[in-house]
Amino acid sequence: MLETKLTEEMVQFTSEAKSWEETIRIASAPLLDKGSIEPRYVEKIISNVKELGPYIILMPNVAMPHARPEDGVNETGISLLVSKESVYFQGEKSARIFLVLASSDATSHLELLKEISEILTDEEKLNELLAAKNYQDIKNLF
Amino acid sequence: MKILAVCGNGLGTSFMLSLNVNKVLKDLNIDGECKNMDLASAKTESADYYIGSPEIMEQLEDGNKKVIPVVNMVSQNEIAEKVKKHILEAE
Repeated sequence: MLETKLTEEMVQFTSEAKSWEETIRIASAPLLDKGSIEPRYVEKIISNVKELGPYIILMPNVAMPHARPEDGVNETGISLLVSKESVYFQGEKSARIFLVLASSDATSHLELLKEISEILTDEEKLNELLAAKNYQDIKNLF
Repeated sequence: MKILAVCGNGLGTSFMLSLNVNKVLKDLNIDGECKNMDLASAKTESADYYIGSPEIMEQLEDGNKKVIPVVNMVSQNEIAEKVKKHILEAE
């Protein structure tokens, strides 16, 4: 499922670290352009993180920004931003990988999450993801 | 044994965590199941243990709940270590 959802136009690479808010907006842009999510979905993610803390950080270096289906999701999808520099959240936590997840209902994203989990639990693949410079590097992980 | 994996909205982070907690429970031969839930619902849902990021666990902690903070939601090593410490050694 990652292979069909995480297409080339969904993946971005940045060299300069911006604020975490700005990074989430940039990382979400492909999903917005495609119509998978509405602008309020992105703002909800940002306000949730401000309210609840950076719960979107799955592990050191990896964030999965997401909110709920009713927060403005039209279609299940995923986008990826790889930042060369660490992006800092409140406190000490930081991330370089931003996987923006949008789920149109409570179950349709579960297959995607399983596939992502497989990549992140594999140390070799995680290192390849962190070092990725182009879409081909990402595609090799699937 | 009922374990709840908790995150801000109960869909993403907590689901991914629950996948890994269930693998760990199986590996350690612990009879239990981990489900995922959002923070607001988890506050009133009873469970033997609650697991999630330190920030979320701090907000859930009310003096009665047994919470297990984890930093890396996909590290089976860290989860196994925390489960051993909080569940196996505590009993």
